[in-house]
Amino acid sequence: MSSSKTGSSAKLSCRNLWKLYGPNAASHLSDASRLPQNGGDAAELAQNIRDQGGIVAAADVNFDLMEGEIFVIMGLSGSGKSTVVRCLSRLVEPTSGEILLDGQDLLKASPKELIDFRRYKMGMVFQSFGLLPHLNVFENVAFPLKLQGMELQERSARAERVIELVGLEGRESSYPSQLSGGQQQRVGIARSLAVEPEVWFLDEPFSALDPLIRRQMQDEFLRLQQDLHKSIVFITHDFLESLRVADRMAIMKDGAVVQIGRPVDLILKPADDYVREFTNDVPWELILTAGDIASDNAPPDGIKEVPADTKVADLLPYLAEHHGGVAVRADDGSKNHMTGQDLISALASGVAKSAT
Amino acid sequence: MQSKSRQDIIVWLIVLALTAVAVVLNDDLGVLFKYPDHLVLPLIEPMNQGMRWFVLAFGWFFKAIGWVFDWPILFAKTILHAVPWFATLILATFVAYRAGGTGLAVFCAASILYMVSFGFWPQSMNSFALVVISIPLAVAVGFALGTWGYLSARAYRVIMPTLDLMQTIPAFAYLIPILLLFGFGTTVGLVASVLFAFPPMVRNTIVGLRSVTPTVIDSGLMSGATPSQLFWNVRVPTARRQLLLGVNQSTMASLSMVIIASIIGGTNDIGWEVLSTIRKALFGESILAGIVIALMAMILDRVTNGFAMRGTPTDERTKQSGRRAWIICGVAFVAAILVAQLIPLLSAWPKAWVLNPAPAMNAALEWTFLEFREGLEKIKQIAFFFVMLPIKLGLKQAVSPYTWGFAMTPMVIAIYAVLVLIPVALLAFKRRIMQAIWLALLGLVLFGGLTGTAWVALCAIVIVLGWQAGGRGLAIWIAAGLGFILASGIWNPATVSVYLCGVAVLVCFAIGGAIGIWASENDKVSTVVRPIIDTLQTMPLFVILIPFVMVFKIGEFTALLSICAFAIVPAIRYTEHGLRNLPHDVVEAATAIGCTRNQLLFQVKLPLAVPSIMLGLNQTIMFAISMLVITALVGTDDLGQQIYIGLGDGDFGVGMIAGVGMAIIAMIADRITQNISRNMQAKLGLRQENLA
Repeated sequence: MSSSKTGSSAKLSCRNLWKLYGPNAASHLSDASRLPQNGGDAAELAQNIRDQGGIVAAADVNFDLMEGEIFVIMGLSGSGKSTVVRCLSRLVEPTSGEILLDGQDLLKASPKELIDFRRYKMGMVFQSFGLLPHLNVFENVAFPLKLQGMELQERSARAERVIELVGLEGRESSYPSQLSGGQQQRVGIARSLAVEPEVWFLDEPFSALDPLIRRQMQDEFLRLQQDLHKSIVFITHDFLESLRVADRMAIMKDGAVVQIGRPVDLILKPADDYVREFTNDVPWELILTAGDIASDNAPPDGIKEVPADTKVADLLPYLAEHHGGVAVRADDGSKNHMTGQDLISALASGVAKSAT
Repeated sequence: MQSKSRQDIIVWLIVLALTAVAVVLNDDLGVLFKYPDHLVLPLIEPMNQGMRWFVLAFGWFFKAIGWVFDWPILFAKTILHAVPWFATLILATFVAYRAGGTGLAVFCAASILYMVSFGFWPQSMNSFALVVISIPLAVAVGFALGTWGYLSARAYRVIMPTLDLMQTIPAFAYLIPILLLFGFGTTVGLVASVLFAFPPMVRNTIVGLRSVTPTVIDSGLMSGATPSQLFWNVRVPTARRQLLLGVNQSTMASLSMVIIASIIGGTNDIGWEVLSTIRKALFGESILAGIVIALMAMILDRVTNGFAMRGTPTDERTKQSGRRAWIICGVAFVAAILVAQLIPLLSAWPKAWVLNPAPAMNAALEWTFLEFREGLEKIKQIAFFFVMLPIKLGLKQAVSPYTWGFAMTPMVIAIYAVLVLIPVALLAFKRRIMQAIWLALLGLVLFGGLTGTAWVALCAIVIVLGWQAGGRGLAIWIAAGLGFILASGIWNPATVSVYLCGVAVLVCFAIGGAIGIWASENDKVSTVVRPIIDTLQTMPLFVILIPFVMVFKIGEFTALLSICAFAIVPAIRYTEHGLRNLPHDVVEAATAIGCTRNQLLFQVKLPLAVPSIMLGLNQTIMFAISMLVITALVGTDDLGQQIYIGLGDGDFGVGMIAGVGMAIIAMIADRITQNISRNMQAKLGLRQENLA
C-alpha cells in the first residue's frame, strides 16, 4: 500500500482512551496526576488497576486515522481491539478519553447528535454480520436509510447502487438464511456503505469466512477502497491480513498499543519481542520492497531499472538470472544499486533477528 | 468432600432413626403423630371476612370491569353466530392452509363439519368467542410485562417468582376469587382465562428479547436507530419466532381455562356440555362433546404453531401470491355468506340432520361393561389393593385377610422386616451407605403409609432432602411451606394429594421412561409416539378424564389413570430427548471402543442422560399436580377436592388455603428436582437446557 493516496489531516483521532470494567471503574482514573497526559505512566497505572481487581480493556490508546487511510488494529483475542473500535462509535462507552471526528469530540455528543453521527458519518461491518433475519437483502441494505426516514425512491436507488457495488445484484429478495457466509458479509458491507459514511469501521469482517473466500473478500475490499477512499479502521487478529490491507497498523496487547507504524516498519524495527513474534512467520519477500534493501552505492550504467516500491518477490526470478543486479529508482529520482547478494543479506538478517 | 458426605450420612441416619421410632411408636407419639386440631390456625374465617369486606368495598369496581368486558364478548358471540358456518369454514380452512398446508386445511374443514353435523356449532362458537377475546388481552398483558421484565432487572426479580407462583396455583383455585369479585357470568371465564394465559407470553417475551444477539443490536445502533426504532424495528422482529411461540402457548392455556371455567355453569358452551353430560353419566354425549374440545385444541395449536414456525417469506413472489390468496379468500368468504342466504342449510344445520350416535354409543358401552365387568373390576382391585392402598395407608393397614389373604401378624411384620433388612445390609456391606439408608427409609414409609406415618418423620425426610439438594436456604423454605400446610390444618388432604401424585409419577416414570428409551433407539416408534404425546399435551384436561370415567366410573383409580395419561407426556419426551441429544463425540467414542448396543445404552447413554431425565421427572410431577386438581371431579379426597368444594360453596378461605397448599407441594417438588438435576449436570459438565 503506498501512502500517496492518504491525506495528511486526521479524520478521526483517539486520545488517551481508557475503558475499564468492574465496580467503580471510573474512580480508578480520578487521580488526574497519574494519567499519562499529565506525565504518569500508563502501563504502571493499568497494572495498578488490575491489582485492585479492575478489568482494563483499553489503556491509554492514542492514534490518528488519516483521511482516506486504512488503519489496522491487530491483536490477539482479549487484547482490547474490539473494545477500541466500539469505543470509537460509542457502542461501548469509554471510561475516559477523547474521540475527535473532524475535530468534534464524540464523547460530548448528546444522544441525538450521536444517532446523527451514526446515521450519516459512520458505517460498521461486524464479524458475525449482524443482519436482520426478518429482512431480505434489499431491506437489510436499505434499513439504515429507512431509519433516517429517506423516501422510498431515493432509498431504493441508493441501496441498488451499493448492492451492485458488492456484486449481489439479483439476490435482492433473498433472506440472510439463504446466503453463504461470504454473501452475508457482502450484505453487511453494502449496508454499512449505504449511508455513504465518511469513516468506516470493520470489526474482523472476514474472520468468520473460509480461507479462500477470505482472500477473495480482501481483494474486493481493496478494490472497493480504491474507488471509495474511505477513512477506515480495520480490526483483525490475522497478521497476514493486516499486512495485505494496512496503510498503517497498530499492534495491541493487554489493552495497550504496543507499536504503530507501516507494516514494513513493524517488520524491520519491531518495538519489542511481542511484535517480533508476529513477524516471525511473515514471508519477508512479500513485504520488503526494493527500496528497503537497496545498497547505498550508485548503480552501474545499463542495467534494468525498477521503482523503489517493487516487492522483492517480483524481482527474484530476474536477480537469479542477472548477477549484475538492478538499479532502484526512488521517488525523488535518485538511483541505488541492488544485487542478489543485498537481498540475501537482508533476508538473512531478518531470519537472524527473528531467531533471537 | 469426604467430610461432606460423612455429614450427609449422619444427618440421614438421624432421619432414619426418627422415622423408625415414629413407625414403631405410631399413635403413642401423640401430637407428633397427628398434628393437634387446637393448634390449627383459624385462617379460614378471617380470610372469608377479608374477602367479604373486599367485595363490599371494591366489588363495584370489578363489576364495572366485568360490565366493560361483557361487550366485546357479546360482540364476538354475535358475530360468530351471525356468520353462517359455511363462511366460517371457508375462512378457517384458508387460515389453516396458510399455517400448515393442505393437511391441516383438510383437518380443519373436517373438524368444523363434525361440529356442525353433530349439533355442537352454537356451543363451540360460545367457547371460541371467549378464546378470541382473551387471547389478544393475554398476549398484550404478557408482552407488556415481558418487555418490562426485560428492560428492568428489578421488575424481572419481581415478575419471575410471581409467575412461578401463578403457574403452580391450580386452575380451579383461580376461579374462586374471580367468581366472588365478578359474580356469575361469562366474564369469569374471560378474566380467569386471561390470568391463566398471560404468564407463558411473559416468559417467551423475555426469552425472545434476550436472545437477540449483541451484534444485531450493535448493527441496529450503527444504522442510527433511536431507542424506539431499535425496539420495534430490530429487537421485536428478530425475536418474532419466540414471541409467536408465546402466542401459541397463551392460546392453549386460554382454551384450557375457558373449558375449565365452564364448571361454574350458566354458560351454554362446549365445556359445560361435557361437564353436564359427565354428571348425568351420559358418556356417549360427553365423549362426542369432548371430541369437539380436542379438535378445537388441535386446530388452534397447529395453526398458531404453524405461523410461529413458518419462516419469513422466501421471496417477493410468494409474498405477492400470498396477498392475492387473501383477497380471493375474502371474496369467497363474502360469497359464502350470500350463498348461505339462499341455501339455509349452509347457515343453520337442520335439526333433523344432526347426527346423534350417543344412545347407540351408550348402549354399546353398557354391553361392553356387562361383558367385561369382571375383568375390569379385577384390574381395578388389584391396582387398588396391592399398589395404591399400601402406599396410602401403609402395609400395616392395607394388608388384611380380606385383600391379601393373610393378616398383619407380628410374624408377618417380622418377615417384612427381614425382607427389607437383607438388601439394606447387603448395600451397607458394599459400602453404599446412602442407598442402604434410603432403602431402609422406603421400607419404613411403605409400612406406615403416607397418610399413616407421623408428620414429624415425613417432614424431616422432605426437609433433609431439600437441604441436600439445595442447601440451607431451600431447607428453610421447605420447612416454612410444610409449616403452613400443618398450621392451616390441611395436612391430611395434602398427604392424599402427595400419595396420588406420587403413585402416578412412579407409574409414569416407569412406563414413560421405558417408552422414551424405546423411542430413542427406534425411529419408527418415535414417529408414532410423538404426535400422540404432542396431542395429549395440548388437550384441555377435562377431555382426558372422559374415557377413564366411562370405563372405570368415579374413584381414585380413575383419577390415577387420568393423571398418568397426562403426566406420562414429559416422562417420555424428556427421556427420549435426553438420550437422543447426547454429546456426539462421546457416543462415537464409545461405539469405537466396541460397546454393544446394550452396553452403549446402559453404561454410556443413560448415565449421561440422567440430568435431562431428572428434568423430565420434574415436569412429570408438575403435570401430575395440574391434572390432580381436575380429578377432584371424579371424587378424590385430597386438596383438589377442597378447592372444588371451596369453588362450589363460594368459600374463599377453604379453596384458597387448599390452593396455596397445592402450590407449596408443587414448588417443593419443583425446587428439589430442579436442584438435583442441576447438581448432576454440573457434575457431568453438561449445559443446562430447557425443553418445555
